[in-house]
Amino acid sequence: MATLTTSGGSVGSYLTAFDRLEGGRAHEPAWLRAIRRSAAGAFERLGIPTTRDEEWRFTNVAPIADNPFVSAPPVAVSEEAAARFVVPGIGGPVVAFVNGRYSRELSTLDTPLPGVTTTTLADALERDPARLEPHLGRHLNFTDRPFAALNTALFEDGALVVVADNTVVEQAIQLLFLSTVTPAPSVSHPRVLVLVGRNSQARVIETFAGIGPSRGFTNAVTEIVVGAGAVVDHYRLQRESESAFHIGHTQFQLGRSSTSSSHNVAFGGLIARHDAVAVLGDEGANCTLNGLYLADGVRLIDNHTEIDHAMPHGTSHEIYKGILDGRARGVFNGRIRVRPDAQKTDAKQTNKTLLLSDDAQVNTKPQLEIFANDVKCTHGATVGQLSEEALFYLRARGIGLDDARSLLVRAFATDVTGKIALEPVRTELDHLLAAKLPGTLAEMAFV
Amino acid sequence: MLEIKNLRARVGNKEILKGIDLVVKTGEVHAVMGPNGSGKSTLAGVLAGRAEYEVIEGSVTYDGHDLLALEPEERAREGIFLAFQYPVEIPGVNNAYFLKAALNAVRKHRGEPELDAMEFMALIRGKMKLLDMDQALMSRPINEGFSGGEKKRNEIFQMAVLEPTLAILDETDSGLDIDALKVVANGVNALRSPERSAIVVTHYQRLLNYIVPDYVHVLSEGRIVRSGGKELALELEDKGYGWIETALERA
Repeated sequence: MATLTTSGGSVGSYLTAFDRLEGGRAHEPAWLRAIRRSAAGAFERLGIPTTRDEEWRFTNVAPIADNPFVSAPPVAVSEEAAARFVVPGIGGPVVAFVNGRYSRELSTLDTPLPGVTTTTLADALERDPARLEPHLGRHLNFTDRPFAALNTALFEDGALVVVADNTVVEQAIQLLFLSTVTPAPSVSHPRVLVLVGRNSQARVIETFAGIGPSRGFTNAVTEIVVGAGAVVDHYRLQRESESAFHIGHTQFQLGRSSTSSSHNVAFGGLIARHDAVAVLGDEGANCTLNGLYLADGVRLIDNHTEIDHAMPHGTSHEIYKGILDGRARGVFNGRIRVRPDAQKTDAKQTNKTLLLSDDAQVNTKPQLEIFANDVKCTHGATVGQLSEEALFYLRARGIGLDDARSLLVRAFATDVTGKIALEPVRTELDHLLAAKLPGTLAEMAFV
Repeated sequence: MLEIKNLRARVGNKEILKGIDLVVKTGEVHAVMGPNGSGKSTLAGVLAGRAEYEVIEGSVTYDGHDLLALEPEERAREGIFLAFQYPVEIPGVNNAYFLKAALNAVRKHRGEPELDAMEFMALIRGKMKLLDMDQALMSRPINEGFSGGEKKRNEIFQMAVLEPTLAILDETDSGLDIDALKVVANGVNALRSPERSAIVVTHYQRLLNYIVPDYVHVLSEGRIVRSGGKELALELEDKGYGWIETALERA
């Protein structure tokens, strides 16, 4: 394949990697090889975006383009080190990966849940590709999404979760993607597919975490297909190292009268971008996209969301909250599209950003594209600082300045943290947030 | 306990306190009265450590310490409590959580062991009864959606839990009906003891029927212009603040 000349020339090196891998993919089904070729073509055409690209206007990924990331050599991670990133008190299976490679040692797949298949994607492709064919790479549109295209062209492994029809899964399934320090900064393209059958209920927690000051690049894609009448809770905890690069895409495909709720938390990464896309592809679907992010230092966190109301009687609720300190930057772009057929749509979007310093900044933009006439769509965005009056009130009762600030930041986050139905995740999230903040009250459970 | 000497303070370029002298001894209750804009709330705010007030002259000594050198939280831990004229609503922080954090900060400072959740609940149960507080308010965010009366009761409830040595009540009576006023006064009176003092800032004499002060001071244009016993409040009620001002003009 031809080499493109864009910044850094890393597009060419990714395409070289694609060519090299393709030679060894004779065992892959033809449909997947065709999708991969198409994705590689899209990536070649799009290149790594620059800030001239409207979708990447405030997020300069030149450090990713300029960095010659390599494939990581095998790295051993101790159970103790990995355990810090497993949400405690859940009790479901854990599928763990280290720098993109499946880790049998860190995974607990020995007690299968009734009606649930949890496996690695590589394994599933080998054993039962027909099950994947209607879904893998079919739901997200990578033709204008360079990193999702890159993932589709290059992914080597990841996880598959299949929940049968009419199955209620009490435990949550945890997928853990760890990045470690490697001799040279490395890249991984983890890929996840979640298929939830009709009238079933499932909860999936995806954690992306850095062990040590990794400078690597994680480029993740997850597709979640929610069957008719099914209910899915998805939690995404991005806890990469503060020197790492993270790009992610989560795609929700909602069936008739189904419900999905996404809780997207981003605390890590030097440059981190996530796109959450929900397609309400049948009547009466309900979707929640909530997000919480925190950045300090010179870090940048970008959240793009897109809710596509394609059919009537759909509802969507969206709250994204950002906390920015130091010289950090935040980007929020929330697109809601209501197609001509999607009458009686009810969509609500809220975006709030808390700036803890004078030098932090945020670029926020709602984008409502409404083509139906009998709909209810609201959006609102605010940017503010901690209330001096509230700080004084807390201090006047004996609470120190650091604790008072932390309390108010945790309070700001409760619109998102407090809405998490799964108690262990709610508690864990409050702890993680408190640990990022100064003060002594971190141990006192807040939500 | 508290000695204020020639205290002058301003907000921006506007001087509001123009030389206050006041001594509050242990066990005493002082009422500070005065018309709107006389500097009553500024005095309360300066004592509690509000940042927007700048002290330009004078001193405040509390228990032998330079009070003005302390941060607001240090003053609170040393036993100063300001009941806010306008209690602040803080969405997302629940009342019980907040009060437990505050109480433990104060206890830690006093060298007392911190209370766990059980001990804390046991302690506040009795105080809630005293202030006729609905238990449901404890799990609500601080003051959010509280009625005016509930907010003021919440202030006095917090005071009852924190057991300050110097309570400063900033127009706690404003906006209260007579029943709520009695409840609030009861809460304050329950704390009265030879070890504790209070400064009760009020515009009206009404509250002082229930919280009977040892001394009454009248503030006008940033200065204390009259001091006397509790009967001074009644005289003011009778004649209005105009009486003080006219008397001053004549002098």
